[in-house]
Amino acid sequence: MLRQVEGSKAVADTVACCRPEVICAYPISPQTHIVEGLSALVKSGELTGCEFVNVESEFAAMSVAIGASAAGARAYTATASQGLLYMSEAVYNAAGLGLPIVMTVANRALGAPINIWNDHSDSMSQSDSGWIQLHAETNQEAVDLHIQAFRIAEELSLPVMVCMDGFILTHAVERVDVPEREQVDAFLPSFEPRQVLDPAAPISIGAMVGPEAFTEVRYLAHANQMRALEVIPQVAADFAEVFGRDSGGLVRPYRCEDAETIIVALGSVLGTIKDVVDEQRERGVHIGVLGITSFRPFPLAAVREVLKNVRRVVVLEKALAVGIGGIVAANVRTSRAGLELKCYTVIAGLGGRAITKASLHRLFDQAGADELESLTFLDLDHDLVNRELDRERRTHRSGSPAENVLRDVGIVAARL
Amino acid sequence: MNRECAMSAGPSPLKFYQVGSFAVGNRLLDPDQRSVQSDTERSNSLTSGHRACTGCGEALGARVALDAAMRATKGQLVAVNATGCLEVFSTPYPETSWRIPWLHSLFGNAPAVATGVAAAMKAKGRADVRVVSQGGDGATVDIGFGALSGMFERNDDVLYICYDNEAYMNTGVQRSGATPPAARTMTTQTVGPEPGNAFGQGKNMPRIAMAHEIPYVATATVADVRDLEAKVTRAMSIRGARYLHVLVPCPLGWGSPSCDTLKIARLATQSGLFPVFEAERGEVVASTPIRHRVSVEEYLHTQKRYAHLFSPQRRDDTINQLQAMADRNIERYGLLPKQDEAF
Amino acid sequence: MFQVRIHGRGGQGVVTAAELLSEAAFAENRHSQAFPSFGSERTGAPVVAFCRIAELAIRVREPVMAPDALIVQDETLLEQVDVFSGLIADGYVLINSTRTFTQLGLDELVVGRPVGRLITVPATELALEHLGRPVPNAVLLGAFAALTGVVTLESVGNAIRGRFPSKLAEKNCMASAAAYSFVKSQLKESAHA
Repeated sequence: MLRQVEGSKAVADTVACCRPEVICAYPISPQTHIVEGLSALVKSGELTGCEFVNVESEFAAMSVAIGASAAGARAYTATASQGLLYMSEAVYNAAGLGLPIVMTVANRALGAPINIWNDHSDSMSQSDSGWIQLHAETNQEAVDLHIQAFRIAEELSLPVMVCMDGFILTHAVERVDVPEREQVDAFLPSFEPRQVLDPAAPISIGAMVGPEAFTEVRYLAHANQMRALEVIPQVAADFAEVFGRDSGGLVRPYRCEDAETIIVALGSVLGTIKDVVDEQRERGVHIGVLGITSFRPFPLAAVREVLKNVRRVVVLEKALAVGIGGIVAANVRTSRAGLELKCYTVIAGLGGRAITKASLHRLFDQAGADELESLTFLDLDHDLVNRELDRERRTHRSGSPAENVLRDVGIVAARL
Repeated sequence: MNRECAMSAGPSPLKFYQVGSFAVGNRLLDPDQRSVQSDTERSNSLTSGHRACTGCGEALGARVALDAAMRATKGQLVAVNATGCLEVFSTPYPETSWRIPWLHSLFGNAPAVATGVAAAMKAKGRADVRVVSQGGDGATVDIGFGALSGMFERNDDVLYICYDNEAYMNTGVQRSGATPPAARTMTTQTVGPEPGNAFGQGKNMPRIAMAHEIPYVATATVADVRDLEAKVTRAMSIRGARYLHVLVPCPLGWGSPSCDTLKIARLATQSGLFPVFEAERGEVVASTPIRHRVSVEEYLHTQKRYAHLFSPQRRDDTINQLQAMADRNIERYGLLPKQDEAF
Repeated sequence: MFQVRIHGRGGQGVVTAAELLSEAAFAENRHSQAFPSFGSERTGAPVVAFCRIAELAIRVREPVMAPDALIVQDETLLEQVDVFSGLIADGYVLINSTRTFTQLGLDELVVGRPVGRLITVPATELALEHLGRPVPNAVLLGAFAALTGVVTLESVGNAIRGRFPSKLAEKNCMASAAAYSFVKSQLKESAHA
């Protein structure tokens, strides 16, 4: 049903339609509205056959999900930022055990310094964990990806992370077609586990594996994720048949066919980029944008296919690998091995800094003229940065960089 | 049994205990009063072939506890295990000694994982399937403490069993929050002016469990297997959060002969250092009296981890402090029968 | 596309206002997007919320940099925040105040702007009168409907009813309608002036 609804609420209502059996969550901004919504649905009796467990930490949340999933229940949790880090040991454990848990990550920056606003550093920190990672462009896609996630997870027996930009999507009220339970039932079969704790057929799960077998077990984890490269588009196609709209899949190219410059990005910023691409196209610029929906497994072939005839690619990402540069960019570079094209990395939107159309226009113009550095921080205040660097050069007891910068910025209303 | 042990046992005086005790043996009892371990049809939850050290208290404790739980639940049981000795020696890939459904996730999350299993069973309408969560002292009082407290607070339907050998044994005998004062471990060595573990606050896990006012808390040791079985059975008859703390000597970590495990556990209870009791909703409801009181010194002498208290010179101050701890337990739990009661 | 930026302080229902506006537009079968820009503090701190309304799907996610309309729920913000930043040449401005633009010291803003675009409304007073509480957000939406015509008063009313329990909703609707009438009559006056 078409509703004007907050992203979090739409996700909560959708997850409820997926017949979850155990929901366990610990609150953290900006995921709180999702778990609040689900707790109300369980408590009121609207969502039956489901246990909602209020856990004492995110580590407990993922652990409860592990126990539940191993016992054959469809398990769901949600977190962000620090919470994702706190459960990291269990995140790896869930993937290693091959448990089809679905988790929403309301993308938020990682501290220190503490920051509650959106960027992708949290989910990027877990990209090697073995979880499948899908990024939603809109709240409609966020809703749709959750439904697809349960199917993908259970088919492959791998956990799936659905990433949606914190605040930008979670707290935005917009038009979403929120599915009904019957529609979801037609698409999502009940959970048939690959392995299950059952007194009638006892097994041991979680044994130690030594050097003689560890490599093989890890290879299998990789091989299974690679299978997802086929499963994900298949599930998206099935979804389109049942629900009548395009959602999910591996990549989403926009106006890339005859593009000389292609922007690559993940998540909600794609919307803004599309508006800018249209405006640039009107001026005759041959530019397109490639949205990556599946970050893990990374769709090397699909990305390569789009980029193969392009002159330059600009990877615009909301994360930073301190010490080397872009994370998404490094993944994209892998896909273009052997291709002759320039690759620019642009770090943008860190800690919730707005990515504006005006900035993007300037950026794309520079890219088109090949006037970009290989690594750029969009809208970086060079003054602020140089002032602090200078301070650090002059004296050893230079103080906390974060506090110094804040003081220089002054106490003003949040910058847009 | 080696000669050394046979000699240290010595000729014991024959004693007949009061009618009503089980000391006379299983074969004279009614079948429903016999121990689970005496039953050839027992589930053998932790069967032979595991790689535990000779004389491992934990292997014995786990087998006894899980078999009792399996009988109590008519085989409808799932076990969740923390990382540690038990997990490692029971599942050397590609083998497992577990004959029951068993899950090992991480070191610090066994209580939470068990909560998840219990929630799953409830959601599926299979609340007849019960959950036992188990771990060593490190997993329980240190790294898993938060998760355990959370499970208690929610009153999740889980029996958590702590096998306490008083240190992180699997990693090579390092001190845990459960390591007793003065004990030697690899991180509380017998060097310097205060050798061995410091006299800290301790972490009385059974009393912490009681502070959560959960339905059932009990302590037990492998010295009294019948008692351990009875407590597990009692626990499984109750729904909600339950906690069982079992003392399991570790010959390797404690520096004791592997044939002395039961003897040492018994000395721990008879000295008062390890009080045996049951509590419900925060109140002690029963305690096992000390039959034949011994000084803590007699207990300490059995383990090399306390050797530094006697050699090169006696540390009377430390020994007295430990004795005071034992005295306090005896007082607190009423472990000595009243003067005028016939023995 | 019509872009609205709402300024206020935490606790004044700024975010709710943006959401209600988006729901009103939805009820009229249009696409609409409402989202907040949080500061790190809580009640009393400056808060900004945005609302976009369009006939086609809205893809852009940036904050509203060049608003077609501004709603200022708290006049004390005028000294603290540059609320008028980016306002388009013939943009609408709606300020919650009993004072005039001149009295607010905003003559410079008024110069060169078309008549009938800028108005102050005593929304807090209207709210106190109809709701008994100084929460001006729904009231200002009624004024907004009258000022811009971007949504109808009826849609605003339906959005309010969809959000609040019935008694509170009715009071809000009345206050909203009162603000609507107020603005309409002010506009008529200034047109004839």
